[in-house]
Amino acid sequence: MEQFQIHVASARPAPGDRRQATVGVNASGNIEILVERVLPETECLVEVTTAVTGYRTLWQAVIEDFCDRCPTGGLRFAINDGGARPDIVHLRLMQGARLMGGEP
Amino acid sequence: MAQWNKQRSEREVRLAVAAKYADGKVVLAGNVVAFLSSVVCTGDRVCLEGDNQKQADFLADALASVDKAQIHDLHIVQSGVVLQSHIDLFEKGIARKLDFSYSGPQGHAIARALDSGKIELGAVHTYIELFARYFMDLTPNVALIAAVQADRAGNLYTGPNTEDTPTIVEATAFKSGIVVAQVNKIVDTLPRVDIPGGMVDFVIEADRPFYVEPLFTRDPASVTEIQILMAMMALKGIYAPYGVRRLNHGIGFPTAAIELILPTYGEQLGLRGKVATHFALNPHPTLIPAIESGWVEQIHSFGSEVGMDSYMQERSDIYFTGHDGTLRSNRLLCQAAGLYACDMFIGSTLQIDLAGNSSTFTSGRIAGFGGAPNMGSDARGRRHPSPAWLMAGREAVDNPTSLARGRKLVVQMIETFGEKMVPNFVEELDSVKMAEQLKLELAPVMIYGDDVSHIVTEEGIANLLLCRNAEEREQAIRGVAGFTPVGLGRNRAAVEALRARGVIRRPEDMGINPLSATRQLLAAHTIEDLVTWSGGLYHPPAKFRNW
Amino acid sequence: MSNIINLVDHDYYEASARDRIGGVLDPGSFHEFLGPENRTVSPHLAQFNLTGAFDDGLIIGAGTLSGEKVYIAAQEGRFMGGAFGEVHGAKLVGLLRAARDNATAKGIRAVLLLLDTGGVRLQEANAGELAIAEAAHAIVEVRIAGVAVIALVGGKSGAFGGGGIVTAFCSRIIVSDHGRIGVSGPEVIETNKGVEEFDAKDKGLVWRIDGGRTRSMMGGADVFVKDRVRDFRAAAIEQIPKAPPFTLATLVAEQARLAARLQAYGDCRDAPEIWQKAGVADPSGIADVSEEAFATMPRLKEAAHDAR
Repeated sequence: MEQFQIHVASARPAPGDRRQATVGVNASGNIEILVERVLPETECLVEVTTAVTGYRTLWQAVIEDFCDRCPTGGLRFAINDGGARPDIVHLRLMQGARLMGGEP
Repeated sequence: MAQWNKQRSEREVRLAVAAKYADGKVVLAGNVVAFLSSVVCTGDRVCLEGDNQKQADFLADALASVDKAQIHDLHIVQSGVVLQSHIDLFEKGIARKLDFSYSGPQGHAIARALDSGKIELGAVHTYIELFARYFMDLTPNVALIAAVQADRAGNLYTGPNTEDTPTIVEATAFKSGIVVAQVNKIVDTLPRVDIPGGMVDFVIEADRPFYVEPLFTRDPASVTEIQILMAMMALKGIYAPYGVRRLNHGIGFPTAAIELILPTYGEQLGLRGKVATHFALNPHPTLIPAIESGWVEQIHSFGSEVGMDSYMQERSDIYFTGHDGTLRSNRLLCQAAGLYACDMFIGSTLQIDLAGNSSTFTSGRIAGFGGAPNMGSDARGRRHPSPAWLMAGREAVDNPTSLARGRKLVVQMIETFGEKMVPNFVEELDSVKMAEQLKLELAPVMIYGDDVSHIVTEEGIANLLLCRNAEEREQAIRGVAGFTPVGLGRNRAAVEALRARGVIRRPEDMGINPLSATRQLLAAHTIEDLVTWSGGLYHPPAKFRNW
Repeated sequence: MSNIINLVDHDYYEASARDRIGGVLDPGSFHEFLGPENRTVSPHLAQFNLTGAFDDGLIIGAGTLSGEKVYIAAQEGRFMGGAFGEVHGAKLVGLLRAARDNATAKGIRAVLLLLDTGGVRLQEANAGELAIAEAAHAIVEVRIAGVAVIALVGGKSGAFGGGGIVTAFCSRIIVSDHGRIGVSGPEVIETNKGVEEFDAKDKGLVWRIDGGRTRSMMGGADVFVKDRVRDFRAAAIEQIPKAPPFTLATLVAEQARLAARLQAYGDCRDAPEIWQKAGVADPSGIADVSEEAFATMPRLKEAAHDAR
């Protein structure tokens, strides 16, 4: 099992005022993400727990690209990984950010 | 003295020898091996009907049982090499040379047989290309075909799975060849005559119905969210702006996803009646909800699909059906429709390189081409305009004039990663190495990059029409290749510039909400839902029943 | 989560546990207890190299159903097959005991159990089994307190193992075509007794034995609903007032019902044999007719009962 954190220091503030959201399920090929608005508004933190080891660089690339494309400042994303492909991780992160932005 | 009717005389000799096994045109199943040994001769070009779906399997087993000392070195010309008996012909030395189009389940076996020298490969063709050669330099001496029913005069009813049969018979019968048909049943009166008896020499009632595979059924339960996201992008980013009404869907889950979200997402976009009205398409069960919701005006099919017969019979306004009520398919004509009368091909593939070339030939597997290269190519002989065709053509050149030709939309949908995290975007296609190993003159490419207009991945759409040189094309492709090594190797500045120009569009650029990409968007979630949509007319084959 | 289709119109089978709660309860009324932000997770999974879920696969809380106060628990059937672990089980038991204790004080009308489980988590077997036992006990206490306990079964995992047992303790049971209720799962039977006894790959067989149609035909479930969240919601609203009181009379009636059922059909090997014995017009058609058609077909006379 690997647990690591990826910290982005200069994220654009995430819009909306929703406090938390959950997206996805920890099932095979999927991930569960808990998003919480608990950080200073230019910081973003992603905590990853995964049983698929050795892909930290890839996680880093996915998360950096996500924070680049999406305003994530103030948000902490906690991930339970079920062995998801990078594109699924990216989709769930986008969904999580969108939920926090005030969408139903 | 020059002889100008040798083929005709030869034919008469064979018919005379074969006569002892036949009562008129009817041959008994028990005599089939001996009979075939009398009509087929060493070195013959034989078309053993292996279509995409139906197989003359009874005749194939019989041919594979002839004495190879007596009959050998056959040149097999057939669309599909699908059955074990097709491979057995080569393994046993009854056949030596092969020209074909599609291999499906036998892809690995063909590669092995090529490697071990059991098969001398003529070429791998597309369907329509092979059919064309039946009339040029690959005319069969003997055609072993499959039909549903025959009468004693040799008239044939080929039914919903007519597929390649009329084309094969046309080439063989009119060049002094011999046509032998296996049928499920010999009857007195046929529902309709698909092949006139004058073109058929012998009929055999086989010991079982001919083999048909349900190749075009996709279970909605297996459609993933990523495929749904890609389908949403295709509808909003391509179907809608180009106004694509006439099209072909290559088989696969991404296109099944498109079919299943027409009644929901497509409806929300207000596209009903504006896109996807006319199809060159096999009877995909996943299109049923869209048909029932009023999206489709007409479909012409290459073949049939197991379980769909009753549904099609009750939807004769949509499908081509005979006066007897059953489907009439035709692969040659539908391929022509797909080539010239469609404004878009959209399908999926297994590998794409930096120029946009794609291939399904992966290591150790000769899959063949089937019909995709036809569908997925710009038909440069086309002259009639349509809004979609003109719009695509104008995107491909700067300052278009009235001499700027139109372009067919050729869209490749591909997830960036395949099974076991194998990247689908590569620097070099596997088929290049395969061509070296097997000493093929051409690396087998399904769709060439210069025919591709768009690539759709979960990361976005790359519009290759708008690219002006190889570097732009490469970055456009890298820009949608996600987190594969190819994608990670992108020039970020170049990709952002392409995005600013609209060459690359991400879901958020198209106003697509990632939260909408859920299975709840599918009009049908299960095969059972498709049955319900069809009002109970669709009868899925046993392997798809899961209730 | 699709914003093109409302939660209420969602397909129940495809919906997440959270979306099911959102669509069954009155909009916006759900208040979660021990939500994922509390990170009350399984203390055991890590040693098996398994990542977990922030809510350990069970969501609990309170809300209203057609204005009436209810407690609700929903299992996420896609996380470890919805199976009971220590925390998961403790949350369920805690919710039930809270319903018992708050029945009068807070006017709790019912507890809704959205079950979607294969049974007990192998990695937490003892804790899981204990939780099932405690849950069964707690359901009895809740019912004695006058609160209806309604089971909703329609997810991917069905209600198997201890989940099947928990279901059977409920006041009323709502099931869909996709839903299955049983104890030993098909694979378990096949592994232990061989494929001739039970071919787990024969989906038709699995659903004839444990599926929603069979259960509702025989009274093993009280309502058969279409696979829509709105239909589960409507059935729950309708069934709450129909919940039988938990009295000795009810238990005696339940015993009699089960004994009679065993007597009448105990030697049947498959559902069509039961339908045949019961005098159903088209025994093999029960499985084949459309969902619409099945919904209106008459049940066996034993199905209309007030026991459980």
